[in-house]
Amino acid sequence: MASIQDTKRPKGIRGTRGRGVALHAVLVAGLLLSAFPFYWAVIMSTHTSTEIFSYPPKLLPGPHFLRNVRALFDNVDFFGSMLNSLLVAGSVTVLVLFFDSLAAFVFAKFHFPGRRLLFGLLMLIFMVPTQLAIIPQFVMMARIGWIGSMTALIVPAAANAFGIFWMRQYMRSAIHDELLDASRIDGAHFLRQYWHVALPVVRPGLAFLGIFTFMGQWNDYAWPLVALTNPDNVTLQVALSQLNGVHGTTDYGMVMTGALLALVPLLIVFAIGAKQIIGDLGKGAIR
Amino acid sequence: MATALEKPPVVAERTPTARPRSGMRKYWHLYAAISPFYLLFLAFGLVPVGFSLYLSFHRWDGLGSMEWAGLSQYRYLLSDSDFWSSIGTTLIIWALATFPMIFLAMVTAVMLNSAVRFKNVYRFAYFLPNVTSVVAIAIVFGSVFSTNFGLVNALLQAVGLDQVAWLNTPWGIKVAIATLMTWQWTGYNAIIFLAGLQTVPSELYEAARVDGANPVQTFFRITLPLLRPTLLFVLVVSTVTGLQSFTEAQVLLQNTSNDSTFSGGPGHAGRTMVLYFFQQTFDNNDFGYGAAVAWGIFLVVVIFSIINWRLVRRRGED
Repeated sequence: MASIQDTKRPKGIRGTRGRGVALHAVLVAGLLLSAFPFYWAVIMSTHTSTEIFSYPPKLLPGPHFLRNVRALFDNVDFFGSMLNSLLVAGSVTVLVLFFDSLAAFVFAKFHFPGRRLLFGLLMLIFMVPTQLAIIPQFVMMARIGWIGSMTALIVPAAANAFGIFWMRQYMRSAIHDELLDASRIDGAHFLRQYWHVALPVVRPGLAFLGIFTFMGQWNDYAWPLVALTNPDNVTLQVALSQLNGVHGTTDYGMVMTGALLALVPLLIVFAIGAKQIIGDLGKGAIR
Repeated sequence: MATALEKPPVVAERTPTARPRSGMRKYWHLYAAISPFYLLFLAFGLVPVGFSLYLSFHRWDGLGSMEWAGLSQYRYLLSDSDFWSSIGTTLIIWALATFPMIFLAMVTAVMLNSAVRFKNVYRFAYFLPNVTSVVAIAIVFGSVFSTNFGLVNALLQAVGLDQVAWLNTPWGIKVAIATLMTWQWTGYNAIIFLAGLQTVPSELYEAARVDGANPVQTFFRITLPLLRPTLLFVLVVSTVTGLQSFTEAQVLLQNTSNDSTFSGGPGHAGRTMVLYFFQQTFDNNDFGYGAAVAWGIFLVVVIFSIINWRLVRRRGED
């Protein structure tokens, strides 16, 4: 294995051993800074408020995690709001993957009248800031009775310009035209081509878009905060914010436990898709 | 990867007999396939944006009837010192977060680019802050910066310095919000810079080394110029998202006022533009003025994006 690593080493930077150690020392320091707030959340969620308020601050985890979890479940419908978040993030992800990849396939591989115009419009839409639409959306949805329900979060997010743009870039190089030609000769119609030729090839791209969409929806806050008007039926982020607003100054251990538990599903999704995300993020930026 | 990128699509051109004008019947399935996005945008994007423009010329509390107001909402916006100070607050927080963030991200990327061992471990760890929910992490940072029991003050006390009422003073609030943003976005941008660095041919570094350039010279003469497109991307994205920041300040400071969760803390020191928009709209039920504020924010974001774009581009052309 050592020989492989040697060949990977960039030629110009074959520094001394001392420089390498210093480099890793700085990198590890940065790593600790990145990780520290997570550790801090663990510490606070395992102590009672009295312990948290005392000086010097606790630097090691304490024994009161279960107490805090119980207090958390007594005060908010944690699992209910987590289910809501899963419902919203899950359905948006499925819808976005389908609609975005279908549109991207068309833009990447077919010619039709108005293609350039429609794609230009898409890029323009990409830049419209969301808060311009918030008030009218709120008013509209209040009229049709979606305010207060998860529908208000799911439907507007079911397709987006970023995903179409990103998938188009990906499909242009990933799907070979020869493959499409061959399937056309075999008599495959458009939807079959999409399903059986395009999708299997772009699975890594779908994974990236899916994970990104899921995390974005899971973390979405501003619109759910105004759209979910029934405080008993909210997403996890809004529930957390309520918890912080009402109990923040009294039971910090409990609030922090909620914050910590809300991160768990995200960390799981990230751990599954980390390689994909970190690799493709860079590709998108330098393309 | 890059070779196949610009290859023109040939599929539809295989049937040269069909003129594009033969129209809807031939292409209907393609239009149908791209239609969901455009329909959704029409319903939840274009119509609302048009309506918000209409709304900004009216007075409306969301319930009663709309009243024509002409340009008075915009005239009020221009003279509204609260709006102007929210622009200042947003820009200060943006600057406090963005410049350290870009500097740290670049340094991190350069170091990661030269470190071979554990590169993937570092990339994973540095990216972690970005995948966390802002609400959860703002709660954590709220406790780190707490005046009475926060870790930052405990550290200050430990080294014999005075404590700072972080979430109670104008600069403390801004520094706390900016620290949160820097923490969350440095790793993300470092990964992007790293991808940019990996496109720099290693022969260039080799040549610089042969010519006797020191690492600092190499960075400013080779790395930075070649990283300019990536820097532009990072700066524009940071501007667009940073100037529209909302969640950080809202969650950190929602407890500090009894009558509004959008107050932005004592003295409104953390009231960003978007926070001000929410306050006007949903606390005051002033939908007409809220719409005007939203358009004002839009204009500010566009102006600053263009300024950034030009600054970075011009420096490169010199």
